[in-house]
Amino acid sequence: MTVALALEMALAAVVLGVATWTIAARETFAAVVGFVTYGLMLALIWVRLDAVDVALVEAAIGGGLGGVLLLGAAARLRVTETLAATARPGATVRVGAALLSATVAAALATGVILLPDPAPTLAPAAAANATATGLGNPVTNVLMAFRAMDTMLEKVVLLLALVGVWSLAPDRLWGGYPGPRHHADPLGTLAFLARLLPPVGIVVGIYVFWTGKDHPGGAFQGGTILAAMWLLVMMAGIADAPQVSSRRLRIVLIAGPGIFLAVGLAGLAIGSAFLAYPVAYAKPLILGIEIAMTLTIAATLGLLVAGAPERSARQ
Amino acid sequence: MSVAINIITIVAITAGAFFFLAGTVGLLRFPDTLTRLHALTKADNLGLGLVVLGLLPQAGSLRGGLKLLCVWALALLAGAMVSQLIAREASGQRGDSVTGHDGPVS
Amino acid sequence: MIEFMTTVLGFILAMLALGLVRILRGPGDADRMMAAQLIGTGGIAALLLLGVVTAVPATVDVALTLALLATFASIAFVKKGRANAPDSTEGA
Repeated sequence: MTVALALEMALAAVVLGVATWTIAARETFAAVVGFVTYGLMLALIWVRLDAVDVALVEAAIGGGLGGVLLLGAAARLRVTETLAATARPGATVRVGAALLSATVAAALATGVILLPDPAPTLAPAAAANATATGLGNPVTNVLMAFRAMDTMLEKVVLLLALVGVWSLAPDRLWGGYPGPRHHADPLGTLAFLARLLPPVGIVVGIYVFWTGKDHPGGAFQGGTILAAMWLLVMMAGIADAPQVSSRRLRIVLIAGPGIFLAVGLAGLAIGSAFLAYPVAYAKPLILGIEIAMTLTIAATLGLLVAGAPERSARQ
Repeated sequence: MSVAINIITIVAITAGAFFFLAGTVGLLRFPDTLTRLHALTKADNLGLGLVVLGLLPQAGSLRGGLKLLCVWALALLAGAMVSQLIAREASGQRGDSVTGHDGPVS
Repeated sequence: MIEFMTTVLGFILAMLALGLVRILRGPGDADRMMAAQLIGTGGIAALLLLGVVTAVPATVDVALTLALLATFASIAFVKKGRANAPDSTEGA
């Protein structure tokens, strides 16, 4: 039992314990706290598995934004919480669900343990072709060059999710301000924190995006940090959310996938295939797309958490 | 020279771990939410500071050391202010309602 | 040195686990709000040590992100954790 092995077992035990507690928690707020804790601890495991890019995303989305999204949903469901607590499913359903979950988990574990010893992977091929774009981070290479189509479509899916959230508003509120108007004492602690932290957060967000060229990081992680800072400013009441019908907002929202699509079509027209980058211009093109994508991701994630319009336009 | 650096690292990190222990003992044994919050933020932040101090000589470059200091400064700053918010929440919003400002910080 | 740091890392994780048990059990929402704060300090210390132990220098970036996002989560807990009215007005 080496020290490293003991450490890994301790880490796994902590994460499993928190996950079990999250499922068993009775109140929604407690469960959300458990979920955020679970996400932040999972980032440690990702670092241990040498997947720092995934650790960044886990800390940002699983820890921060996912938790806040669930809290917002829990706040809206508070009215029905007492009703739901009395309507728990019967013992047969719960035992059946437990057996099914255990079976799926066992099947996954067996699949992972029985992998052949050099597990089938394309990682060496991806690393070997890094000269195609000139970027040093193999994850960014895969995301932005080798599987750029998937990344572009993901951004479109994010946009569709946002439109879906907006469509939950009643007709008369369409185009209005998302979420309630937050107020905080302008001389209080929260307002002070919301004035002090976002500049630091913006610098960190841009840094995490920029360092994604050659080190772990990237547009998604940077955009999520920027979104969190924007949400902080909105939650403290320092700035209001923009109107959903605002033209500038909508231009920012489509900038990312729009530029991605434009570069792709240009590749079709000028180059050899859709989303083919000419080797000489690959790096500046990718960086340009990533800058637009960071802004779009920040705006989209911020608006997703802010919610559907709740106040009519021009209030 | 490297022996001295290693000794500094070991001493600082051990002290940091000790303060983490103190903070956790306080967290487990104190009777009240506010006292537990106090143990958590003060002792654990000091432990983090000592751990960062111990890791500074091991950082490869000036840039690495500055990044470590930035992480610590951010954690300290955010922790100090968030603990105020949580404490206000835990004690039931005991602010000055006439002027609307926060209550006197004691 | 690496074994020493791994031991301290395991120790800090154990402290984190004990703290989590106490905090998550604590009656009332005010206790549970401290969970993000606990991870914001203990988790960052663990990450920094883990970065040196596994010799991955980019871990400091994860610690930086964790510091920011744990703070953000704490603030969200405080704002939305009230048992009473929804979060449209705020006095803090």
